[in-house]
Amino acid sequence: MDDRQTKGRIFDIQRYSIHDGTGIRTIVFLKGCVLRCRWCCNPESQNYQIETMMVDGKSKVIGRDVTVEEVLETIEKDRMYYRRSHGGITLSGGESLCQPEFAKALLKCAKEEGFSTAMESMGCAQYSVIDGILDYLDCYLMDIKHTNCEKHRQFTGKSNELMLENARKIAESGKTELIIRVPMIPTFNATPEEIAGIARFAQSLPGVKKLHLLPYHRLGQDKYAGLGRKYTMADIVPMEQDYVEMLLQAAENACDLECQIGG
Amino acid sequence: MKKYDNSKIERSPRIQRLIDHLYENMPVIESARAVLVTESYKKTEGEAIYSRRSKAFAHILENLPIVIRPDELIVGSTTIAPRGCQTYPEYSYAWLDGELDTVEKRSADPFYISEEDKKKLREVHKYWEGKTNYDLATSYMAPEAIRAMEHGVFTTGNYYYNGIGHVTVQYDKILAIGFEGVIAQTQEYLDKLEVFDPDYSRKNQFYLAVIRSCKAVIAYAQRYSELAKKEAAGCRDASRKKELLQIAENCANVPAKGAKTFWEACQTVWFIQQLLQVEGSGHSISPGRFDQYMYPYYKADLDAGRITREFAQELMDCIWVKLNDLNKVRDAASAEGFAGYGMFQNLIAGGQNEDGEDATNDLSFMCIWASMHVMLPQPSFCVRIWNGTPHAFMIACAELARTGLGQPAYYNDEVIIPSLMSRGLTLQEARCYNIIGCVEPQIAGKTDGWHDAAFFNICRPLELVFHNGMDKGEMVGIPTGDVTKMGTFEEFFDAYRRQMEYCIGLLVNSDNAIDQAHSERMPLPWLSCMVDDCLSVGKSVQEGGCHYNFTGPQGFGIANMADGMYAIRKLVYEDKVITMSELKEALDNNFGKGMDPETIAAAVTQVVEKMRESGCAVSPEEVAKVAAMVAANGLPPQKKAQYEHIHELIEECPKFGNDIEDVDALAKRVAYVYTRTMERFTNPRGGQYQASLYPVSANVPLGKQTGATPDGRYAGTPIADGVSPSQGRDANGPTAAANSVAKLDHSIASNGTLYNMKFHPSALSGRAGLEKFTALIRGYFDQKGMHIQFNVVDKKTLLDAQANPEKYKHLVVRVAGYSALFTTLSRSLQDDIINRTEQGL
Repeated sequence: MDDRQTKGRIFDIQRYSIHDGTGIRTIVFLKGCVLRCRWCCNPESQNYQIETMMVDGKSKVIGRDVTVEEVLETIEKDRMYYRRSHGGITLSGGESLCQPEFAKALLKCAKEEGFSTAMESMGCAQYSVIDGILDYLDCYLMDIKHTNCEKHRQFTGKSNELMLENARKIAESGKTELIIRVPMIPTFNATPEEIAGIARFAQSLPGVKKLHLLPYHRLGQDKYAGLGRKYTMADIVPMEQDYVEMLLQAAENACDLECQIGG
Repeated sequence: MKKYDNSKIERSPRIQRLIDHLYENMPVIESARAVLVTESYKKTEGEAIYSRRSKAFAHILENLPIVIRPDELIVGSTTIAPRGCQTYPEYSYAWLDGELDTVEKRSADPFYISEEDKKKLREVHKYWEGKTNYDLATSYMAPEAIRAMEHGVFTTGNYYYNGIGHVTVQYDKILAIGFEGVIAQTQEYLDKLEVFDPDYSRKNQFYLAVIRSCKAVIAYAQRYSELAKKEAAGCRDASRKKELLQIAENCANVPAKGAKTFWEACQTVWFIQQLLQVEGSGHSISPGRFDQYMYPYYKADLDAGRITREFAQELMDCIWVKLNDLNKVRDAASAEGFAGYGMFQNLIAGGQNEDGEDATNDLSFMCIWASMHVMLPQPSFCVRIWNGTPHAFMIACAELARTGLGQPAYYNDEVIIPSLMSRGLTLQEARCYNIIGCVEPQIAGKTDGWHDAAFFNICRPLELVFHNGMDKGEMVGIPTGDVTKMGTFEEFFDAYRRQMEYCIGLLVNSDNAIDQAHSERMPLPWLSCMVDDCLSVGKSVQEGGCHYNFTGPQGFGIANMADGMYAIRKLVYEDKVITMSELKEALDNNFGKGMDPETIAAAVTQVVEKMRESGCAVSPEEVAKVAAMVAANGLPPQKKAQYEHIHELIEECPKFGNDIEDVDALAKRVAYVYTRTMERFTNPRGGQYQASLYPVSANVPLGKQTGATPDGRYAGTPIADGVSPSQGRDANGPTAAANSVAKLDHSIASNGTLYNMKFHPSALSGRAGLEKFTALIRGYFDQKGMHIQFNVVDKKTLLDAQANPEKYKHLVVRVAGYSALFTTLSRSLQDDIINRTEQGL
């Protein structure tokens, strides 16, 4: 099948994204996720089904089926800005790996068009699926949320063994730049010990140079109400700047990687 | 070796003291100049105009009170009070006479004036009745042009009431030869002037006036020299005493002679800058390429070990502060159009030299540091960007933008140079362009651009289409037929084009009448000796003595018209979901939203007129009844619902600013109606009209006079500014908006375009933020954008966004690593962000 006609399901395309990968980027948000992280700021990304969400008092359809070609049309519009900033396209979600054919076709065609490619993903799929994508991926922004599998299961709905194993395989493949990203969530992993643990794991992956620490925020809170769902972390307050700095320090002490707050 | 030193320089403690002194009190109106000009004019009645103008200038400079402010290194103040202003009754005075008692209390740009000064001004104003430039201009204007202005289609008020300004003179020439050199030059022309020359009488008078004016300026500097000497004698602080003695020496040397040091060069530039505004009343007198013409003096001092970089920076900072010392009182309505005591003294850094090489030097960076050091509205600091602009310069500019000062404005050489060449400039000249006032490019020392010639509201002609040329009961436009019977979109668009062309013709009539009056009553000999070719042809700037002459009226409302035209084409002609008469009714009823008091008053007058015309005797009771009816917006609920429904349909249409081909193409087409029509006209100085697309801040007051428009804009609300999308209509982020704007033909608007973009400081945080910000500008300029400036929002703006989310739909904010549209966040999250911003994120 022609890669450009491959269909996938997305819920948004966000241009001028400047905090997810190098330069000015366009993010394609794929719909559907394997995890159900309690803090997720894009709850509308989790179900593969097209659904409706109340936004500013109006009902909005979330999710649409598009071809790779249609997505590329939008990506193309900011080519000038990618060229000037070393930017490009980033796949996000949801979990892009839930739609492996679409993700692969999109990344392959984007590369053909000369765009730099990145993907935000937890790596939650069979490695053979991931391996097929790596050939077309310049940068893998991989979430590692916890090193403890029980705690991981409790807060995200799934255990973490597969993901940790995939992280190592991706790193060992040497096919892409692997950056580890850690959402720092109070009550889940936002302690110096737990962050240091993740940092040490990241350090053990060959070729990994960067660690991004992403502090918890409540940007998704309103969406839960819009979807008629309950936000179970409503009473969690974002961390103070000082505390975030302390966690950064903990990560830096635990590894030699280049650590930073935010993407 | 590096071509420039871009290391930062600390601010001297003197600068804050200067600023504090300047801003201690409210600005004041002083009467000295008005009294002096009147005294002189009374004495010179019957003499040739050059003689009268130059004698008045000399009389003012001889007697205007002078002051050296505490800590100043560069001296020359037009008023005793800091940030005060003088007045110019020879241009116009009636508005000021009428506003003397209210000017202190008005909302836009208030001024204090003492009872004694009020009395003096009222007294001198008596002399000027019927003698002003305004009076003469009015007598030259066609009645239909005056009517169109009364109906708010356009306003030429700027030069109607005031001087022209809007010029960059040959600072380099005066720095080199001083005014003694200019006098010698002029004397040569005078000596060569044959007695049988057909223009002998005029030229002879002109040259004598130039010499008289130059001598007056030299004598004025001498007064400062003596004052400095006197103050030095009484000064106990040894270091200040030394400074005052140096000031005394500087003012004895310059601007009489060429500058020998950087300090003298700074003093020369300042006297020119200050006194041009004493001779004529114009604003936007722009220092231009300061980093270029000052560099030789800086370099010579530095190489000779006469100056440190730190002291050079301190002198520049002093000029930056001084530029805020000059002020101007405008009539209440104009004050709203130029809100913020705007003087628009545009100073530009960077760019290319005449050979097309990069011109960035030490001073280009020091200009940026100066703006950071003073953080004041003047100068209007901007930068020239081309493909070869050093990256370090771009990053320094981004650092300045990040401060939220709203500066620098960025200009694209790659668009402006060819654009100016299309207006007849040579390649070498075009490469040396600078900006006047807001956004207007030209070549310094050769151009009288009349850059700010009018505000033209391109929405008003559309209203005329809807009412067959009528406005508030009067024929203002031309009859283009019943709008409800126009069968195709092209027919409708053509009606708009014809109304536009007719109204632009009226604007030209008005500008040309004013232009003619200036040439007869307000020639400026001193200014003219600093702009080519005035001396060689023996003619003032105002009479067409410049090498390049233009008139540049600015249009605005592109986004409103693009969105409105699109909605009409789609809803009325393509999808046929509403009829033209339904749309007209909805517009006439402001989409069911009710009306503001001014609109009510106008509507009542219209109804009453109609009743009278149809033969009804209208009693005051009936007028009151009509008024009550209109005010109550006595719409039956189903009508109101119908209008609101139409508004919703319009709201759902695609809008300019979202990178949507169809809408953007219409925007380009609408802009062409203005820009291409403008090119056809010429002015009395023998120059061409050239359009610009920018509003200063007139989009707000002129929006008040504009009814509801088919883009869904409610009556009385602001019109879109410059070439920017309508407020809050661009919802796809900055790249999409910039792409839409870049699709307009900027080159044809050779008098300048203006694009405003809003940013949250977090988008520029860290080195990576600066890099991405720079890349955004580069990307916009790669697509032939002409100008861009940034409003990096502060806490105040965020609070406003919270209160008025509809105005800020596109405002992107960042919270600890993630970006989001501010207005889509819940109240509590918005508060989080506002509080963090205050902490400096």
